[in-house]
Amino acid sequence: MSQEPTTIQHSQGMPPPIERGKGSELLAIRDLKVHFDLGGGGLLDKLISGNSVRRVVKAVDGVTIDIYPGETLGLVGESGCGKSTLGRAVLRLTEPTGGQVLFRGEDLANLSQKEMREHRKHLQMIFQDPYASLNPRMTVGQIIGEPVETFGIAAGRERDRRVQELMETVGLNKRFIKRYPHEFSGGQRQRIGIARALAVNPDFIVADEPISALDVSIQAQIMNLMEKLQRENNLTYLFISHDLRAIRHVSDRVAVMYLGKLVEVADAKVIYDEPLMPYTKALISAVPVPDPEIEATRQRIVLEGDVPSPINPPQGCRFHTRCPYAIQACKEVVPPLAEIKPNHFAACIRISPEQPDIDEVAPGDAPGLRDAQRVIAT
Amino acid sequence: MSRNGNILSVKDLRTYFETEDGTVKAVDGITFDLERGETLGIVGESGSGKSVTNLSIIRLIPEPPGKIVSGEILFDGEDIRSIPIEDLRRIRGKRIAMIFQDPMTSLNPFMRISKQLMEITELHLGYTKEQAYEHAIKMLDIVGIPDARSRVDSYPHEFSGGMRQRVMIAMALSCEPELLIADEPTTALDVTIQAQILELIKKLKQETGTSVILITHDLGVVAGMTDRIIVMYAGKIFEQARTRELFSAPGNPYTKGLLRSVPDPTSEQGALYQIPGLPPDVAHLPPGCPFSPRCERAEEICRQEFPPFVQINAEHHSLCHFAEEVYAKSLAEREARERQKLTIQQ
Repeated sequence: MSQEPTTIQHSQGMPPPIERGKGSELLAIRDLKVHFDLGGGGLLDKLISGNSVRRVVKAVDGVTIDIYPGETLGLVGESGCGKSTLGRAVLRLTEPTGGQVLFRGEDLANLSQKEMREHRKHLQMIFQDPYASLNPRMTVGQIIGEPVETFGIAAGRERDRRVQELMETVGLNKRFIKRYPHEFSGGQRQRIGIARALAVNPDFIVADEPISALDVSIQAQIMNLMEKLQRENNLTYLFISHDLRAIRHVSDRVAVMYLGKLVEVADAKVIYDEPLMPYTKALISAVPVPDPEIEATRQRIVLEGDVPSPINPPQGCRFHTRCPYAIQACKEVVPPLAEIKPNHFAACIRISPEQPDIDEVAPGDAPGLRDAQRVIAT
Repeated sequence: MSRNGNILSVKDLRTYFETEDGTVKAVDGITFDLERGETLGIVGESGSGKSVTNLSIIRLIPEPPGKIVSGEILFDGEDIRSIPIEDLRRIRGKRIAMIFQDPMTSLNPFMRISKQLMEITELHLGYTKEQAYEHAIKMLDIVGIPDARSRVDSYPHEFSGGMRQRVMIAMALSCEPELLIADEPTTALDVTIQAQILELIKKLKQETGTSVILITHDLGVVAGMTDRIIVMYAGKIFEQARTRELFSAPGNPYTKGLLRSVPDPTSEQGALYQIPGLPPDVAHLPPGCPFSPRCERAEEICRQEFPPFVQINAEHHSLCHFAEEVYAKSLAEREARERQKLTIQQ
């Protein structure tokens, strides 16, 4: 086995890094891990390929964050960063391999399947693909009505009335209640998916790339609908997307994910205007702006190479292989998600609260490392 | 043809598909020119006809059910439609090259990258195996594949999505084409990889002077990449203008709605503008203007009469009964914005 790098992480029992001091979070994610063991590393593998490292995909690797009632937390990252797995693990659609998900103080990860099912009333999901996530053999009425009945909210005629009400809420003509999913366009299907999620009056919805499969003009409709429903029903969203423009628009706070870890968390406006962590800087500078005047003068940070494989990801800071600011220490130390500015967290040892701007930090210096070591020392 | 003339000139192109649902007029009478060295953006939603336009230009429309029913496609003065298919094959890949959206399905998974790159230069430029092999390495190097010499013999699955798209670009540019058609070249890619690919296309264009048609649904991508833009809707050109003009003073309600419905990360905004309704069902278009059921400016005339293609100024056209009015309003809004900017600065 290879040597584990020095890891500075918030062990359980310590105060979580992201808290607004209100203690009013709806959902608290604590050191959540989802590892997929691909096997390997046995004697046979060693004999055949000379490789004795067990292959583990660390899709989500120690994520800690709070989500507050009524807010939209945007989760953004590139493909393979683990954002969808995180969303699914929160609802236990994928079983976490470590950590906790506290919903109103209760650990969802400890619930039995039966107890969890009861909780699904409060926790719902909207899926990316409005084609694959609706049963083609069920009518719209059946699709939306099923959760209404399963959770004992209404039955019979009362159920149909509830379904019609939901269809109107999401902007579908209630005359279509007997139609099948294939008779609808992508945008309309996404509305069906939203109605189904709303059917049980949830408090919290994970929306996994809800607009990615839709046309531009339809994306705006769905984003507006989700915002309207949030206001009317006091919903809390975890909005997962790779589309930084959409994330900026719908989110109150944004969390940036890279290879299984959160690397920066801040208010949506702050993270776009003053990103701190080099990866976030590059990500935001890469977004094309629909304005030729701005595009003409814009300086883009173009990253070298691709996202490394999440199978046995890079040691130390996982971004160091592509980071223009990386120094030797970045290869060795896993940076903690630290509060660099008030309510602005970033995982980078080359910055610190005293020196938040990485471009001002002296070459080779890692002020965040000193802080991290102080944390360990105390 | 003069060096500075049009590399491509499309006149009244119509491509129809026969379906059970009736005739789908995927592209219905579009006309545009592309100057040498120019980058033209074609923007539209699904079903607008942007990809069919591209496939028509190189005669790759599956026939049946599709058919180019009329029009002229002049490539360097020669009508693509009347060129014998054998001669056309010598143009495709050599003088006109294409990059498609999905780099995984456009590469042969059973063939080494080297072989796929070598085929082109062996066929079109008559290179020997050795020359073609060296050229393949050179092309991979140009598109930024690190350590090209040792990776040239890889299979496509050994490359990531971004690298496969680089290979596609290397293939497309192998014979220094005069026209490059890129159909949603970055849609399947992550944003940091998209930035790499767009920078690459820009750089290569500057070096080789290739003319480019960039087809995309992403207004952000065309904003920084193109000289001129065509906006398509329901198989028609709805608006055509210089890029800056189109963004700052659109003369068509559809373009205007499209621009307003994209969140702008550089500015604070409230509720996003949304175009009501759904993209059109091209098999069953309404009479009159196809956008009229969704248009906020629509009046009775729009629902009854097909709109004229109004010339707003020398390089700006819009398909709308109220093109002049919409344009005037856009100009007024632009002035108001600029005044506001000035007062903020003062």
